[in-house]
Amino acid sequence: MPGMHRHRLKKPRLRFQRKAQLISAALVNGYILGFQKGKIFTGSTKAFCVPVLNCYSCPGALGACPIGSLQAALGRGKGFPFYVLGLLTLFGVLLGRAVCGLLCPFGLIQDLLYKIPVPKLKVPRSLDRALRWLKYLVLLVMVVLLPLFALTEAGVTIPYFCKYICPAGTLEGGIPLMLGDPSLRALAGALFSWKFFVMLLILAASMFISRPFCRYLCPLGAFYALFSRFSFFQMRLDKDKCIGCKKCERVCPMAVEVTKNINSTECVRCGKCKDVCVGAIDRAPLLPRKAGKSPESQR
Amino acid sequence: MKNKGLLAVRYGLLAAALLCIAVGLMRREYVGVLQKAVMICLECIGIG
Repeated sequence: MPGMHRHRLKKPRLRFQRKAQLISAALVNGYILGFQKGKIFTGSTKAFCVPVLNCYSCPGALGACPIGSLQAALGRGKGFPFYVLGLLTLFGVLLGRAVCGLLCPFGLIQDLLYKIPVPKLKVPRSLDRALRWLKYLVLLVMVVLLPLFALTEAGVTIPYFCKYICPAGTLEGGIPLMLGDPSLRALAGALFSWKFFVMLLILAASMFISRPFCRYLCPLGAFYALFSRFSFFQMRLDKDKCIGCKKCERVCPMAVEVTKNINSTECVRCGKCKDVCVGAIDRAPLLPRKAGKSPESQR
Repeated sequence: MKNKGLLAVRYGLLAAALLCIAVGLMRREYVGVLQKAVMICLECIGIG
């Protein structure tokens, strides 16, 4: 219309990471009817472990939780868990901790909670480094050793991590199922109170500290961290282009020292460093180029 | 040289993963995963 100026409003665009997280969360929890009925999915896709920490007792879950499956597959007389460990290794080699940064629904929840405008806490580096070892301890003790050796009198394996820690189980499985089923609600006792408290603590901490569960407690993240160096999904820093502004380190949700070790075991490949960088950071090609063709880079 | 070593480990792990999955499938381990996943996990939801 004459006399009127049309202002082009810049449409808010979702980052690649957020799109990937949303699509992944919708895919692994695609059984919408489950939420309506308050029942879990019982189809054959549940024979397949999803790469992310997603409770198989979530009414929407279409696949099995790899950590729950691993604990169930361990135990006296069950033999080596080839299938579950094979799948976990496959995800680890193909994606590494990109699973945490791009696919995990519980990572998405933590990312969204961190967006709530409250004062943010910076964990002192020495404490942060020490606490990061906790997740390896959780993996070794609660996911492997205890389910393997601390069985019930009847020889049944107990999934210790799921039972005493997993906040995803309480949030995605416990709460929706209990809301839909009064008989389950009646069974909730001290254990549920404990799990609810752990979940609340982690969710509350997520508002002040970026991804505290991924950093300090997640056994699946610890497992994938073992593959960080070998996975196909790598980041690349071109030292010649780096101006040393350290913006990348300030935006990193995992407090990685990007300029020192861009492919740290803590890097979840979210790409936030790449977004703020002047062009020195990029995702490395899946297959390395022949010598002489690639720019000098640190990997 | 360093790159070659890294590639060897990477593809070695990939092959090992695929081999493990194949062995697991032959041993019908997926049935155990399915049986556990189609039942409500009482421990996971904080009851068991």
